[in-house]
Amino acid sequence: MSTASPPAVGARPRFEPQIARRKLAGTSFLGACMAAIGLLLLALVLLLYDVITKGLPYIDLDFITGTPSRRPEQAGILPALVGSIEIGLMVGAISFPLGVAAAIYLEEYAANTLFNRILRTNISNLAGVPSIVYGIFGLALFARALQLGRSPIAAALTLALLIMPVVIIATMEALRSVPDSQREGAYALGATRWQMVRRSILPAAAPGIMTGIILAMARAIGEAAPIIVVGAASFVTFLPTPFQEGFTVLPIQVYQWASRPQDAFHGIAAAAILVLLVLMLLLNGLAIIVRARLSRHLQW
Amino acid sequence: MTTSRTRGLALLATAAFVIAACGGGAATAPTSGATTAPTMTPGATAAAPLSGAVNIDGSSTVYPITEAVAEEFQKANSGVKVTVAFAGTGGGFKRFCNNETDMNDASRPIKTADTADAKSEATLCKDAGVSYLELGIATDALSVVVNKNNTWATCLTTAQLKLMWDQGSTVSTWNQVDPMFPAEPIKLFGPGPDSGTFDYFTEVINGKAKQSRSDYTPSEDDNALVTGVAGDKDALGYFGFAYLEENLDKIKAVAIDSGKGCVEPSAANVNNGTYKPLARPLFIYPSTRALLRPEVAAFVRYYLDNVNTFVDETGYIEAQPDVLAKSKAALEAALK
Repeated sequence: MSTASPPAVGARPRFEPQIARRKLAGTSFLGACMAAIGLLLLALVLLLYDVITKGLPYIDLDFITGTPSRRPEQAGILPALVGSIEIGLMVGAISFPLGVAAAIYLEEYAANTLFNRILRTNISNLAGVPSIVYGIFGLALFARALQLGRSPIAAALTLALLIMPVVIIATMEALRSVPDSQREGAYALGATRWQMVRRSILPAAAPGIMTGIILAMARAIGEAAPIIVVGAASFVTFLPTPFQEGFTVLPIQVYQWASRPQDAFHGIAAAAILVLLVLMLLLNGLAIIVRARLSRHLQW
Repeated sequence: MTTSRTRGLALLATAAFVIAACGGGAATAPTSGATTAPTMTPGATAAAPLSGAVNIDGSSTVYPITEAVAEEFQKANSGVKVTVAFAGTGGGFKRFCNNETDMNDASRPIKTADTADAKSEATLCKDAGVSYLELGIATDALSVVVNKNNTWATCLTTAQLKLMWDQGSTVSTWNQVDPMFPAEPIKLFGPGPDSGTFDYFTEVINGKAKQSRSDYTPSEDDNALVTGVAGDKDALGYFGFAYLEENLDKIKAVAIDSGKGCVEPSAANVNNGTYKPLARPLFIYPSTRALLRPEVAAFVRYYLDNVNTFVDETGYIEAQPDVLAKSKAALEAALK
């Protein structure tokens, strides 16, 4: 029986500094974090290296200003590039007002009722729905029911729906990050709720909102699957106009060329990827500029 | 703050530069287009310039041929806007039978047999009032391929292929196919079930479309199949002739014996009718309603007149002369 008594002898002292061990734990955590970022960077560098070595030789002015061709060395991407930019701008113009308004309602006006909580949860869930599902919905609603056909506007509406949850969530986060003292200060000065939102909260949240929207637009520009379902073509030799059928975008052009048997097509697919990357970089650069400009006068 | 602002400015400068470059390019585009426009359009000197649009969807296998035809037709008729998409034979027919496209590319004939739970493509078209022509335009030699270092599988019978690929097949090593082959595991690569290639292969080899074993490595991307077979000495796969032709340094074709000796996939063997049963016909399906529009009629006529000049460079094989003649006759009869 006496053996079962708690071991008083040899028990650990109350405080054991173990400095070396704790430092080791700290260093190995740092090491793990650096390994993680190193691995990610390595993957990115390899990807970029592959795309640049394959694609760069094909990039020249004729490639940017040309139209698709069965001969890879004569093929160009102008219709796809213009299609991507045009659709990207339309997506931004559609999702900005709708998404921001919805987020303002949910964050600043809606009471914390069960219904509104369900609404918020569902918006978060929508952000996880596969993009192809939006494509099928867009085909049924915009292309067929609303008779928009295989037009850039049908694609833009579909993509706007696709990124709407992301826009709403980003905007809600931005609104939430504005301290309540701002709201209380505005009320203390006798502002109505609308004045408080308009003059105090929105300007403070603007950098976050703009960043969220531009990043969401970049995602829309990179999508291929839902637009293929809505009915984008691949061989298009004219520049798309919003309401006219027949358009293509860069990711679809890349997908088409990458699936061809001839090696030279894989080269121009890589070249088109580079153009798409530059377009993305421009958008993200724009996000940084907008953020920097809008947050210049912020102070709280 | 300052660092992020200078970074922002640098990006802005880059943006301005690229936009300026694009702008300059757009301005020069029409001239460069005009200079490269060839004059290889026999008999396409229409009296009045055509206008309108021709919307085409369908098989990704036929896509390169239609793209080539569209490119040259467009050069001769710059007023017509031809667009070609590649939703696949089946996806294209859904759209075609819903009156959304003028023509469908197909790597197999349209399906006509209704099943208990689904209407066939032909029935869908009929219900929607879409009538069409079936025009054979070229041939593809479905090729069975093995790794470059495979020394044993030079020729397989169709019965052996069925043994390997049929539903419920338990073949897992090469010597189960032929006792002369080594006792190495066999690695199978093939297209996924949404592919027209899959439909055709399973129909002619296993006896029924879509009847296939499912424990192989499938991919809708034929280049991935090439990579798979090229990377494994014990691999076997099947896909279109163009993908074989472009990768002869990595893979090699297996000759097919359908009872009359071993025949390699090649243009000559397809043309003399000995490469059986994997020589598959490729089709276009213009809708008769669309053919009433002069630009569609001109496009399809141009297609049949010129397709033979494009099949070779896109990796396909010319249709038998009588197939093309029949297609032309059917078109002219419909245009009367």
